[in-house]
Amino acid sequence: MNLTINVQVNGCKIEESIAPDLLLIDFLRAHGCLSVKRGCETSNCGLCTVFLNDTPVLSCSVLAARANGCRIITLEGLQEEAAELGGFIADQGAEQCGFCNPGMIMNTIALLRENPDPTEDEIREYLAGNLCRCSGYEGQLIGIKNLIQWRKERQTHA
Amino acid sequence: MLKSVNQPIRKKDAMALVTGKPVYMDDLGIFDHALIVKALRSPHAHAMIESIDTKVASRIPGIEAIFTYEDVPNERFTLAGQTYPELSPYDRLIMDRHIRCVGDPVALVAGTDEKAIDRALKAIKVKYEILPALLDFHDAIGSDILIHPEDNWKALDFIGADNKTNRCASETTSDGDVEAVLADCDIVIDHVYHTKANQQTMMETFRTGCYMDTYGRLNIVSSTQIVYHVRRIISHALGIPKSRIRVQKPRIGGGFGAKQSAVCEVYPAFVTYKTGKPCKMIYSRVESQIISSPRHEMEVHVRLGAMKNGRIRAMDIYTLSNTGAYGEHGPTTVGLSGHKSIPLYTTNLEAWRFAYDVVYTNVMSAGAYRGYGATQGIFAVESAVNELAARIGMDPTLIREMNMVREGQVMSAYYNEMNTSCALDRCMERAKEMIGWNEKPLRRVMPDGKIRSLGVAMAMQGSGISGVDVGSATIKIDDDGGYNLLIAAADMGTGCDTILAQIAAEVLECPVDQIAVHGADTDTSPYDSGSYASSTTYITGKATEIAAQKLKVQMTAEAAKMLSCQPEDLDFDGKCFTAADGQTLTIKDLATRSMCGFDGALETTISHSSPVSPPPYMVGIAEIELDPETGEVYPLDYVAVVDCGTPINPNLARTQTIGGLLQGIGMALYEEIQYSDKGRLYNNSFMQYKIPSRVDLGHIRVDFESSYEPSGPFGAKSIGEIVIDTPSPALAHAIYNATGLWFRELPITAEKIAMGLMEKEKNAQNAAQQLQ
Repeated sequence: MNLTINVQVNGCKIEESIAPDLLLIDFLRAHGCLSVKRGCETSNCGLCTVFLNDTPVLSCSVLAARANGCRIITLEGLQEEAAELGGFIADQGAEQCGFCNPGMIMNTIALLRENPDPTEDEIREYLAGNLCRCSGYEGQLIGIKNLIQWRKERQTHA
Repeated sequence: MLKSVNQPIRKKDAMALVTGKPVYMDDLGIFDHALIVKALRSPHAHAMIESIDTKVASRIPGIEAIFTYEDVPNERFTLAGQTYPELSPYDRLIMDRHIRCVGDPVALVAGTDEKAIDRALKAIKVKYEILPALLDFHDAIGSDILIHPEDNWKALDFIGADNKTNRCASETTSDGDVEAVLADCDIVIDHVYHTKANQQTMMETFRTGCYMDTYGRLNIVSSTQIVYHVRRIISHALGIPKSRIRVQKPRIGGGFGAKQSAVCEVYPAFVTYKTGKPCKMIYSRVESQIISSPRHEMEVHVRLGAMKNGRIRAMDIYTLSNTGAYGEHGPTTVGLSGHKSIPLYTTNLEAWRFAYDVVYTNVMSAGAYRGYGATQGIFAVESAVNELAARIGMDPTLIREMNMVREGQVMSAYYNEMNTSCALDRCMERAKEMIGWNEKPLRRVMPDGKIRSLGVAMAMQGSGISGVDVGSATIKIDDDGGYNLLIAAADMGTGCDTILAQIAAEVLECPVDQIAVHGADTDTSPYDSGSYASSTTYITGKATEIAAQKLKVQMTAEAAKMLSCQPEDLDFDGKCFTAADGQTLTIKDLATRSMCGFDGALETTISHSSPVSPPPYMVGIAEIELDPETGEVYPLDYVAVVDCGTPINPNLARTQTIGGLLQGIGMALYEEIQYSDKGRLYNNSFMQYKIPSRVDLGHIRVDFESSYEPSGPFGAKSIGEIVIDTPSPALAHAIYNATGLWFRELPITAEKIAMGLMEKEKNAQNAAQQLQ
C-alpha cells in the first residue's frame, strides 16, 4: 500500500506516491540527487548526509515518508557553498576519491552555519561521523580551517 | 626550473568531486533501467550443493533470470588482476557446486525490482552436504580436508603450488649460510609475528554495470583499477574472445588494491551475456566485508642475528600466508614479506634466507591490499629490530643508522637490484628532528597517570614490478593546440590523471590545463597493466614523459617542413616554433594545417616497462598516549618522512602518505577480522569493523627527503603503498616503551593491552611473594 508525500527538494515541490518503507536516500537518488551516496547500511559512514528542514540527517536512516511536509537540501542545492569550501579541500589534495565528499561537505556547511568559528576539536567532533578512507582527515581539517580564516579576513576587509 | 612537475596543483577532477557531480558507476544513468543482480550466498564455510530448486523463486513477478552452478562454464580462472602468465592459480568458477567459504555465490538472481529479488533469494531452496571446514591456517598443510581437490585446478607458472596439500605456493630462497652466521651471532631475536586479514573499506563498494552494445559486444563499466585484466578475466570466465569485450572505468570511489581483483565483475557480465539485457550489481557493505579481497593473514617467523654492538648480520624469515578459499594474489603477496623487509638491513647483512608457504583454507579469499605483503613482513622485521635494540640497550634509531641500506649498495634480498636512489638516512634524521627524538624520553608518565611514549620504524616498497608491469601513454595534438593524453592507468582518487598530465605538460612546456586526460577504456586506451604495485607514476609516468618527448620531436619535424628549415634550427616555447630567420608557427597552426593534405599523424604511443623497481623509503615515528587503566592508545602525533624520489605533486603525495598512515594506524590498533567456529565473519559492517575516524588521532605530519631516481620520470619513484607500512611496528614499539610488553599479534587492541598489563602485574606480585 502506497502513501502520498509532499516534499520540497532543493526548492522544487514534489508530490509523489511512495512505498511506506522507501528510504529517503533512495527517494532522493531517484529524483536526480546523485551526490547522495550510500557507503554502509548501518548509519556509520555519513556519506548520505542531507538537510531535513536545515538539520543534517543521514538519509539512509530516514524514511521518505518522514520527510512529508519538509524541506530537503542536498549538495545539488548548495553548489556555490560546496565549490567555495571544496576549493579549500582541493587545494590540499584532500578530496581524493571524492566519494565521501558530498556528505562531509554538507555536514561542514551545517557546522559552520551553527558555529562560524569552531575550534579544531569542535570540527573533529562535529564531523566524527563522516568517514573517509583516503585522506587521513588532516588535509580536510586544514582546508576547513583555511576556509574559516579566509572568511574572517574577507569580513575584516569588508 | 620545473613548471608543472613538483607543483602542488589541484586535481583535474577536484571540483567535480567536491561539488558532488554524478561521476561514479551508479550515477551515470546508463544503468537506471538495467536489471539488478544479487547473489544468494552460502551460509556454510565448506559444503557441497546436493540440490538447488529455483522454480518457486523464478515465478515471482519481476524476476528475469536465475542462474546456478549448473549454468556456468567449467573452465577455471582467477579473479586476480595480474599480467600474463598469471601467477595466481586458476581455481574458480563463476559458481561452483563445491562451496569453499561463507559467502560463496550459490545462485545469481536478476530482476527489475529489488524487493522481488530479495523475495526470490529467500525462495530458492538449497540442500547442502555440509563438510568439515578448514579454518585454522596452521592446519592446512597435510590436512585431510582439501579445499581444491578438483582435477581442473591449474597453476600456470609457480613453484610449489600443489592442490593436493592445500598449497597455493611454496618456495625457499637464500644467500649465504644463514645457520652458520646465526650460530656466530651474540644475539638471535627469534619470534613469530601475526597480522590479520584487514579490509580496504574504500567508501564506494564493489560495483559493475554491463550492456551489449550496437555491435553485439559485451560492455562493462566497472569500479576497477585494472580495465585490461578485467577484460581478460571475463574472457576466461565466460569463455568468449577478448575482442568481444570492452571494459571502462568511470571515477572510482577508492580502491587500495581491493579493486585489483575482479571481485564482482564476472557475475553481472555473465547475466548480460546470457540474457542480452543490461544489468548492474552493487555490493552491499556486508558483501564488501565478507566476500571480497582483503589483506592476506600472515604469520612471519623472524630469526634475526646480531652482535652486541648492534650489527645485524643474518636474517631468516619464514612466512605462512593464508590465501583463503581461492588463490588470488596468494603466490605473489607473500614474496614481499621477505623481499621488501630484509633488504632494509643490507649494509652489514652476511646471510639471509626466506621461505614461505601459502595455504588454502575455508575463509574468504584474500587479495591485494596496499602494501601487498611488505606491510606484514615489515611489521615483523621492524618489530624484531626494535626488540633487538631493547635487548642490547641501544637507541633504536642508532641501530638503524648503523645497519640501514644505503645508496649504491646491491640488495641481494631485493632480487639483486642496485640501490640507485636512497635518502633513507636523511629521512631518519629529519623524522627525529620533527618529533624531537633526542629531547624526549622514550617513556614519560603524565600527571594523570597516562603514559606518553615513542616508537619508530622504517619501510621500503617497490615502484612497479620489475620487467613485468607495462605502462602506456598515447598523446595527440588537438586542433586548438592542446593535447589529449590517453591512458589505461586508473585514477582511483590518487590523482594519477593529474600527475600524468603534469609530466606531459612539463615536457611539452604547456599549462597542465591544456592536457585533456582520458581513461581508462580498453577500446581507446593503450595497453597498461593497470594501477597497482605502486607503478603508475613510475612506469606510466615514464611512458608519458617519453611519449611527450617523441611527440615534440614529431611536431618539430613537421614544423620544420612547413617553415622550410631544419628541425634543429627551430626554437620551441610551448606555444610557438620560431625559425632562425624569425618565421613563426604556432602549435595551433601546426595542428590545423596537419588536418589537411597531411600523411602523418601528430600523435604517439609509448609503452614502457622497467627492468628494475627502485624502492621508495620512509621513516615513521609515533608518539602515543596510553592509558594503563583501560589500555587505550591515542596516537598524539605521527611524523613520517618519505623518499619517493621527486614528488610530482607534493599535495597529492602528502595526502597519500597521511591516508596510508591512518589506514596503517587502524590496522595496528583496532581493525579486526574475527570468524566464528563455523567460519562466519563477525566484523561485517562499520559497527564491528572499526576504521579510524577524525577523533581517533592527534596529528599526522609529513615531510619529504627526496633522492633522484634516474630511471623514473623527473626522478620520481612511488608512494602509494609504502605509506601503510610503518604504523604497525612503530605503534607496537611505542606500546612496548609505554608498557614493557611486546605485542606480536595485530591489532593491538585496548583490551589486549589492559589484559597484558593485568597479567604483568599479577606475575610481578607472584614473583614478589615467592621471594618473601
